[in-house]
Amino acid sequence: MNVDLYEKIWMWASGLLIIAFLTTIVVGVAGSSLQPPSHVETIDPTKVWNDPRFAKRGVTVDDHGATVVLIAMMFAFQPAELHVPANRPVTFRLTSADVIHGFEIVGTNGNTMVVPGYVSQFTTTFRTPGEYLIVCNEYCGLSHHLMSAKLFVDAEGARP
Amino acid sequence: MTRSDRLSLAHLWVAIAAFGVASAMALMQALSRASLDLPWRSAKMYYLSVTAHGVLMALVFTTFFIMAFGYVVVSRTLDQEPTGLKLAWAGFWIALVGTLMAAVTVLSGRATVLYTFYPPLQAHPAFYIGLTLVIVGSWCWSVVMLLSYRTWRGTRPDRPAPLPMHGMIATVIVWLIATIGVAAEVLFQLIPWSLGWSKTVDPVLARMLFWYFGHPLVYFWLLPAYVLWYTVLPKVVGGKLFSDPLARLVFVMFILFSTPVGFHHQFMDPGVSAGWKLLHTFLTFAILFPSFITAFTVTASMEVGGRAKGATGLLDWIGKLPWRDPLFSSVALSMILFAVGGIGGAINASFGMNAVVHNTAFIQGHFHLTVGSAVALTFMGAAYWLLPRLSGRELELPLLARVQPYLWFVGMVLFSFSNHLTGLMGMPRRIYDASYGGSTVAAAWRGLTGLSAIGGVFLFASAAFFMLVMLGTGLAGKRITPQRVEWAEPLQPAAPGRGWFDRYWVWTAVAVVLVLIAYAYPLWMHLQMTRYGSPGFKPY
Repeated sequence: MNVDLYEKIWMWASGLLIIAFLTTIVVGVAGSSLQPPSHVETIDPTKVWNDPRFAKRGVTVDDHGATVVLIAMMFAFQPAELHVPANRPVTFRLTSADVIHGFEIVGTNGNTMVVPGYVSQFTTTFRTPGEYLIVCNEYCGLSHHLMSAKLFVDAEGARP
Repeated sequence: MTRSDRLSLAHLWVAIAAFGVASAMALMQALSRASLDLPWRSAKMYYLSVTAHGVLMALVFTTFFIMAFGYVVVSRTLDQEPTGLKLAWAGFWIALVGTLMAAVTVLSGRATVLYTFYPPLQAHPAFYIGLTLVIVGSWCWSVVMLLSYRTWRGTRPDRPAPLPMHGMIATVIVWLIATIGVAAEVLFQLIPWSLGWSKTVDPVLARMLFWYFGHPLVYFWLLPAYVLWYTVLPKVVGGKLFSDPLARLVFVMFILFSTPVGFHHQFMDPGVSAGWKLLHTFLTFAILFPSFITAFTVTASMEVGGRAKGATGLLDWIGKLPWRDPLFSSVALSMILFAVGGIGGAINASFGMNAVVHNTAFIQGHFHLTVGSAVALTFMGAAYWLLPRLSGRELELPLLARVQPYLWFVGMVLFSFSNHLTGLMGMPRRIYDASYGGSTVAAAWRGLTGLSAIGGVFLFASAAFFMLVMLGTGLAGKRITPQRVEWAEPLQPAAPGRGWFDRYWVWTAVAVVLVLIAYAYPLWMHLQMTRYGSPGFKPY
């Protein structure tokens, strides 16, 4: 196949650019374990309120950090107000009581789908204390745009 | 008018009608975002219009246009009627009945589940059955396309398919592989469940099957646009196709890499492990490559055209291009928008980084540059070129046709860039109202949502111009002897015999192997898990 010299250069450059893109991903995965929330755990979606994993909802703080247990439902997060410590790993565990929802902490990379029948889990650390808006980012019905919650990241020692 | 052209025209008119209704639905959404106090503005109307816009634009307008164009390619490059005209018409009517079923269900408020219809949101069964019929109709088209090629090859066993047909064969192969996923989802999960025959569905399995289909779907839209870029555009600018073999390579690469990439739509999903998502990430980046080649080859072909008209400097060939020809300006402007959209796509596909943009307004900003510009604007430009040639009527209101692509470009720049920005600021996509109870974070999005609405008004004006030209031409265009449909010659004569890129069975087999590697094991593992289904919900 006869390929023009300039086009050959362009093709090599494109190939290198793609390799560079992929390298940044591999470096992120290998260096900082940067990966999307991909927890695999199932749950009966019709019995989430009584399931021992979700019976006690809210924030539990221990020496290592905090765990947030939360149920998403049409059209609210339960609980709707959360307090977590700054600069410590916070693990979120979520499931849905009805349809698919989204869980996005605006202004951070905290973002996951919440799918009935499955438990979503991810861990992140908040560096900046303050109030954050949590929104549902997957269409879940006519009041989807009202489905939100508040997250307060408390500076160390400031926690009530 | 030939029997083949009558077939193409029937498809084209359904595509145009779907586009018209879908555009009206889009205006409704754009204005909702601007928080104006308009009549009929309600959450119910908003989410209904999002659903109707998505279904009619993404599934109906595109599919019918592509079917129309496919028959044009058969009749004008193979110089024969499509083989199986009866089957072709059966496909048309099946897809049309399906479209009407789905459209009536959506517009009457019984299927406000968006065009992705993720369970356990449940629509009326007529919605799923209607969409199934659209797919079945497109399968009839696929069979007619392949039979037509076989008929042609029967007398020319050594000749490669003409390049436009090569691109359409790739489109058909991608489509046949892709639709297996959505057919499985709809036939085995959603239809029995919506009819009450089964109680529950597994939403993650449904999403896996949907996105197995949902990403190659975008190449089903894009490849016919590429066929137009490679084989019609160089002719329109008075140039030649810069490289025939590379164009063939590009289409083959899409056969290979279109499907085994769907998990990049599910990065944020639970129930799918990170390793498989990473594999799909690598394959996704592979598919950037053919689009990079396309950017060079098509631009170089335009330069050949500009230089043929006397340009000698570094960039003055750009000024020699026919910027007043609506087909040319549509394609050229759509390519500029697509360059930005393509890079945005690479961002979306970047594994962990997807968390920053997933389900935010960034995504709708992105795909309005790809399907909403590279594909839709190209198809509109192609309609200006095709309708007179098929119907034997002169294009009416040519001034509107000349302005329309530029209006679309301006509208899309405003709409898309403001959505990219609000997305980066965290605004979710598809929300009726963005105030979140007076949240200060949400208040920061407001100026840009207004800009997006202004973009929407430009786009609607552009769509209205397009509809006026189409209806004016179809109803009142002066009868003329239609111009021929002509295709670009390659700069260097194409190889006389069939080469590696023309061996469709081989590439289809490799594509199937890649699909099996990417999907068979994760799907099998998924089915082994203890899973709990969900009952249906209709919160609309």
